[in-house]
Amino acid sequence: MPESEKTSTRNPVPVIALRRRITDHVMTGVAVLTVILVLVPLFAIFAYLVYRGVGSINWAFLTQTPKPVGEAGGGMANAIVGSGFILALASVLGVPVGVGAGIYLAEYGRNRLGDVIRFTADVLNGVPSIVIGIVAYSIVVLYQKHFSALAGGVALAIMMIPTITRTTEEMLLLVPRALREAAYGLGIPRWRTTLSITLRTATSGVITGIMLAFARVAGETAPLLFTAFGNQFWNLRVDQPTAALPLQIFNYAISPYDEWHRQAWAGALVLIVLIVSAVAAVRFAVRRGTFGAA
Amino acid sequence: MALPAPPRPDMPSSQPIETKKVSEIPSTGRRSAHSSWASGETGDKIFQFGMLACGLAVLGTLALIVYELVLRSGPSWHAFGFKFFAGRDWDPVNEQFGALPFIYGTLVSSLLALIIAVPLAVGVAVFTTEMCPKVLRRPLSFFVELLAAIPSVVYGLWAIFVLVPILSNYVEPFLSRTLGWTGFFTGPPYGISMLAAGIILAIMIIPIISSITREVLMVVPQHQREAALALGATRWEMIRISVLRNARAGIMGGIILGLGRALGETMAVTMVIGNRPEIAKSLFAPGYTMASVLANEFSEATGDLNLAALIEIGLALFLVTIVVNALARLLVWTVTRGQPARANA
Repeated sequence: MPESEKTSTRNPVPVIALRRRITDHVMTGVAVLTVILVLVPLFAIFAYLVYRGVGSINWAFLTQTPKPVGEAGGGMANAIVGSGFILALASVLGVPVGVGAGIYLAEYGRNRLGDVIRFTADVLNGVPSIVIGIVAYSIVVLYQKHFSALAGGVALAIMMIPTITRTTEEMLLLVPRALREAAYGLGIPRWRTTLSITLRTATSGVITGIMLAFARVAGETAPLLFTAFGNQFWNLRVDQPTAALPLQIFNYAISPYDEWHRQAWAGALVLIVLIVSAVAAVRFAVRRGTFGAA
Repeated sequence: MALPAPPRPDMPSSQPIETKKVSEIPSTGRRSAHSSWASGETGDKIFQFGMLACGLAVLGTLALIVYELVLRSGPSWHAFGFKFFAGRDWDPVNEQFGALPFIYGTLVSSLLALIIAVPLAVGVAVFTTEMCPKVLRRPLSFFVELLAAIPSVVYGLWAIFVLVPILSNYVEPFLSRTLGWTGFFTGPPYGISMLAAGIILAIMIIPIISSITREVLMVVPQHQREAALALGATRWEMIRISVLRNARAGIMGGIILGLGRALGETMAVTMVIGNRPEIAKSLFAPGYTMASVLANEFSEATGDLNLAALIEIGLALFLVTIVVNALARLLVWTVTRGQPARANA
């Protein structure tokens, strides 16, 4: 590019213009090419997932527990329910703290402490999930003496908190100040204003944040490896090892059995349908949401 | 937004206070039990303390992570010191632990991922903000962000059954024929390799880099573009001179954020990198990363020293990603000042 500029001082005008126009077109072409190169894996992954997954999903897959090696059939029902169980635990632990921290940042956090918390949340967001697994292992598993659904829930909750905190803050800050002042004018205490006016107005946005955090941790495998650990049977006890869909997919994918590979694809399809529909629903809700007008 | 606390009469009717929030602060809870439940002042204080507690919980979580990692990696630190990071042996049976092969694997796979992902991600961001027709803008960014929604384990599954066979049948033989002389592309083309890990990581970090870049490009003032165009620049020259140059720091931030993600990524890499603690020049050779050794060996660690050594690897990984992420956040903040960057939105 510097060369074309250099020649532009020497050569007659039309030639330069041509050269610059060609560069312009070439770079446009390169940009289009990058888009294609990025979209190809996306579509390849989805196409292959549907191709391998659809044929493998059947009633047994959705209702039965895994069969021993060598036996055909069986399914991942316990893993699907187990994932839901761990995610519910994570939400119970993570959502109140995340929303609370978001409220603090939006309503009281315009100071040094607020900045520190904000920065911490961002940094926490980047901590590798496997490291969070180690921490959940050492604060829960080591005390309970065995792997448990609770440990998995704690790990996922730690991952949910920063995302929820930051989106809640953003959404609350979008609520016009006049609304708060109107509430104060009516003599409503500040805490009540925050809960019933500000938070209520921002509900759809806050829920969006929660759903995004949920979708993000729903597919997490690494923090569950040595917390929830996995289980071949049903378990709905908080203090026992529990199966989870991503764990099951991982274990089946690296196994040498074709039947298990087939089930891994089916599990992956179920997992991704759950996650993508959550994300898409959120996107749809945000665009249609009443919140934009508030 | 420092809201002035307006003077107001106390509420005459009693308001039910959220007991959940109260229970988090036992001391204030006790005080409130006396009489002034309903008074706005007390309610405000309790509420503020409750929210503050949640905020501090975020700080506490990070502190807890640091505390646990440092505490539990202690035995390994005492046994090996700095040699831990320079040693090449990983031998749980004889209790000899050196993390160098894992550090090497993490660095090489992440750098490879950056080399592949950065041009693609920046290209996509430039296309969606500067070139593409308005109608395509939303769907395109939606699709690219969809890449971020695919779980790591699904990437790994796809990589094992699709990417690796393609690499071993077509790409690796081709590379060793054409670029074998460099020494980076030699050896048997098994597919399971550092190269596969780099490629799958690249696909995973593209949405992060590209969404941050897009955000940064969008805050470049419109009149910068108009000025360049008014001087007779073509569209590409306008992008180069007035958009990319202004957004350099922010794009750098996005790239570093992508690096942070690549360093800590576990599952997909574990599934394709081959998990052999060796340092090889060829990208066709299997390797091992810090995150994958944790994934594979943590739940089967034999003995306290083995566990401590693994946790020390976790600590090292944590510290590196903290530094990398903090740097990235600062860079992005300097550009989109005030507007929080949404890495995962």
